[in-house]
Formats: sequence, structure tokens, C-alpha cells
Amino acid sequence: MGKTFSEKILSLKSGVDARAGQIVTVSPDYVMSHDNSAAILKTFKKLGVEKVKYPERAVIVLDHTVPPSTETYALHHKEIREFVKEQGIENFFDINTEGGICHQVLPEKGFALPGKLILGADSHTTTYGAFGAFSAGIGRSEVAAIWATGELWLRVPETIKIVVKGKVPKGVYAKDIVLHIIGKIGADGATYMAVEFTGPVVEEMTVASRMVLTNMAAEMGAKNGYVPPDEKTFEWLKGRARTEYEPIYSDPDADYRDVIEFDVSDLVPQVAAPHTVDNVKPIDEVEGTPINQGLLGTCTNGRLEDLEVAARILEGRKVAPGVRALVFPASWEVYREALKKGVLWKLIEAGCVIMNPGCGPCLGAHEGVLAPGEVAISTANRNFKGRMGSREAEIYLASPAAVAASLVEGKITDPRKYLE
Amino acid sequence: MGKIIRGRVFKYGDDINTDVIFPGKYTYSITDPAEMAKHALEDLDPEFAKKAKPGDVIVAGKNFGMGSSREQAAQCLVALGIGAVIAKSFARIFFRNAINNGLLAIQSEETSRALETGDEIEIDVEKGEIRSAKGTFSFPPLPPSVLEIFEAGGLIPYIREKIGRKG
Repeated sequence: MGKTFSEKILSLKSGVDARAGQIVTVSPDYVMSHDNSAAILKTFKKLGVEKVKYPERAVIVLDHTVPPSTETYALHHKEIREFVKEQGIENFFDINTEGGICHQVLPEKGFALPGKLILGADSHTTTYGAFGAFSAGIGRSEVAAIWATGELWLRVPETIKIVVKGKVPKGVYAKDIVLHIIGKIGADGATYMAVEFTGPVVEEMTVASRMVLTNMAAEMGAKNGYVPPDEKTFEWLKGRARTEYEPIYSDPDADYRDVIEFDVSDLVPQVAAPHTVDNVKPIDEVEGTPINQGLLGTCTNGRLEDLEVAARILEGRKVAPGVRALVFPASWEVYREALKKGVLWKLIEAGCVIMNPGCGPCLGAHEGVLAPGEVAISTANRNFKGRMGSREAEIYLASPAAVAASLVEGKITDPRKYLE
Repeated sequence: MGKIIRGRVFKYGDDINTDVIFPGKYTYSITDPAEMAKHALEDLDPEFAKKAKPGDVIVAGKNFGMGSSREQAAQCLVALGIGAVIAKSFARIFFRNAINNGLLAIQSEETSRALETGDEIEIDVEKGEIRSAKGTFSFPPLPPSVLEIFEAGGLIPYIREKIGRKG
């Protein structure tokens, strides 16, 4: 019997012949943390260790509360800056025009590569699987432990293979496809498991779209998501990859827990309605719901292609009166490209407020949180109660096209009529 | 280790996510454990933190702790003195965070189904037994390497022991 991608890479990184279900001790290639590094470094100091064992493996990106809106956040950032200096951590992305959201920065800066093992103190660390890396979210103490020892225990996951086929209809994007999948298998449909995204539709997808799939793998409970790297991946990584890399693929006779096929030929735009990500419906079931805010961007859908499709719908139109439109490009690279290409101009003319790259209100910390009774439609990845501020607010999740169309009408709107 | 946990049950449903266990708006502002404890489960049951006493146990359905990786979701329960969380299943990062903070996380479908809010229970960690008026239920032990971390009181004390720099 052959091995899955996850079994192969965790065997390689642990030095034992690992199979699903086994617990192994691995040495990750990189360990990512963000603003939570301030808490992690305090835990690290309690360990009684002076120095980070492999400072070159630590990657720290400030993105959750940037620029800081409170004195506490500012202090956290200051502590992180002092720590990276003291520890010689060079992979530090501060608040300037180079960084952005961690899950966009690690790929752009060439850390997220085929065959790499990346652990991060953020649940959407699964994103890097779009490049053929094994990447999983861990807790804060675990990052401190890796800083100290270079190692951590992992359970080798079983794998679900998802095969996406058919002809993608107009107005349907990677976000609709992944929401549809989550709606079918449920928010715990892949708990503890690896999810491989394969099939002709995934092969046809851009790298940016594949990142939507692996980002949202976290919303199925998955440990990691994975897209087999191909020519598109290698092309995208040219000039970015920091090191040589060796792609790892599942064996043809690998043992999958489940293989699930989705034909998306008849799929319509989808939304996740409040208050869980698996509460997925075709958009027509909630069409007409009035909105107070629309959010374009974040680590899920803040890449150039996302802003472009939104601009295509918003160009020459206006955001409906009384509705706030906030745009969060995923990184400064995306921001610059969108600026150069005139995409941001179109969005501004339509009435969108362009924010700096960062997590913004996605986790309710700042920059556009919701008041009680308000409704938002967002391209982000979570709609839990209280996620964007008030627990009395409602969040719908959808594609950038659906958010843009909803912004024009001031209510949830099927984007297809704007794509004729 | 012979540890016995005694307390009352607080029963909740499926898919309890970390945003309602410890709201995101506090994750970068509240760091004091006593303060964290006051907000435990705030967006699910605002009365919980006031009512819960040390040793009390949360019993939930499937996928407890889904969502964000925030470790405070486990830490706020530890700070409140919660004895254990019993669920039909756990989200993986929450499970890790629980072990790594010395919080007992027991996966048991039948216990989750049987127990209700207000039930008095006793958990014998060594025997892997949950005793209540509704019956006695057994649960499987943690894998040895993970048990070692839990028994050390969590990942941080475990690493301290491992690298031999106590105190």
C-alpha cells in the first residue's frame, strides 16, 4: 500500500516510517507567528531558555492589529521588535509597505514551498498547502516549544481526497466551490484530517484561487489542506522561493479515508449564512437581505484576482448609500499591483475605503467592527457570532463578486447579473 | 496520578467555536488569567463564568473548540478552574491546546449524550472512568507521548522538565 502526501512528508520530517494515526516528533522548516508573538515570547522566556534554537526558522509577520489601535497592541509590537532583534530573527515583517497578512506574505516571500513543513500559531496556516507544503495551525505554547527545541509532536492525519470536476459556471469562483464543499461535509467533516484538493477544476485554477481552498480547509476542521504542485505552482514560485525544494506527491495506491467527488457544473453562487461556516445556501435563498457593510479582502480573498473581479462589478457604479465598503488587500505586493493596474482607483471611485493590508475587522479587533443589529457580507472565512464585533451582528460569507454586487445594491445580491 | 475531579455539569451543544469560548476582541488585549476567566464562554452563555466553580465540567456535543487556534480558549477554562471538557469530538487545535495547558479533554459520545446540566460527576483520570447517577462511563487513555505532556501539567512545564531547567 502506498502513502499519502501527509504520510510521506511527516515520515521525512520525523525520520520514522509514519502512517496515519501515528504520533511523530517533527522538525518544522518554518514556524510562523504574528501579533501573538508578544504572548509567545513571554511563554518562551518562562522556559528558561536563552536563545531561539533556530532563529532562521522563525517567521514573524505583524498583521492582526496593524497599525496598532490601542496602547496595548502598540506595546505588544514593541516587545516583538525587541525580541527579534535580541534573538537575531531576520524573517520579521513589520508595519511598512513590504509585509501584509501572514498567509499571503509567507508564499510571496518564498517560505511556502512544495515539500516544506510549516507550523503556525494561526488556524489558517493550512493556506500554504496550496503550494504543496504541509502546513498546520498550532497553539501559542507550541510555537514557544518549537522556538526552544526545534521540535513538536504531530499526529499523522488520515486523508480525504476531494475531486472537483465539471465546467465552472459564470459567477462561480473558488470561494463558492469551497463553501459548497463545507456545506456538504460540515464544519467537522475533516476534523484531524488532511484534505487533498484535486481534479480538473483545481488543476485549471490559478494559484490564488487554490489558496482559497486550502485557507478554508480549516473550516472543515482539517489539519492541513494540499494541492499537488504543478507547473503553475513552480512558475508562481520563480524568483520567490528562498531555497531549493522537492515536491512530494501522494502515491497512486495511497490509502484514503474517503474520496469525494464534486461536479460543479450546476453550481450557483453560494453564501455561508450566520452563524456557522457550514450553514451554506445558494445565494438566492438570502437575496435581498439588507447589509450595512461589505468587506473585500483578507487572507481568504484579498488577492489581485479578487479585487479585479470586484472592480469589474463596481466600475462605473456606486456603493449603495448608507453602506460601508471596506477593502483589505492581502499584502502590500497585492496593494501595489492593484494600485498600478488602476484596480484600487475603480474601487475608490465606486465609494470603497481602501484599508492597509492586514486582518482588519475579520477577528473583531479593530478597523470596521459591527454594531448590534448590523449585517455584513464578507469575503473572509468565518461568520461566528461576535466574530466581527457585536454578538448581535450577522455575517454572511461569499465570493468577492457577490460582495461587490451586494455593495452596489445595498442588499445581498446574486453577482451573475453584473457579469453579463 | 490518581487524580479525581469532582464537579457539576454544564451542558452545551455541537460546534462550540473558540470565538464564543473566548471572543476575538479580547485575544490581544486581555492577558491576565483571572481576567480571562471572567470572559470564558461569554458569547455562548454570559452567566457561565459567574456560575462555574472549580472542578465543574463542560459537556458538549461534536467538534468542541472549532475555529480559531487561540490558546486562550483552553486557558480561560483552566483559569476558571474547569475540571474537564467532555465532548463527542474535539476540533484538533483546541484538543492540542487543552493538553498543552493541562486541561483534561475527554472524547466520549455516550457520556456526552447521557449527562445534563446540573448532574454531579466524578472523573477518575487514572482509571479512565466517569461516575455519575446516570451511570459509569469509561474513556480511553491518551497516547503515551501525549499523556506525558498532560501529566507534566502542560507543554511548558513538560519542556522545562525535559531540558532540565526547573524553577
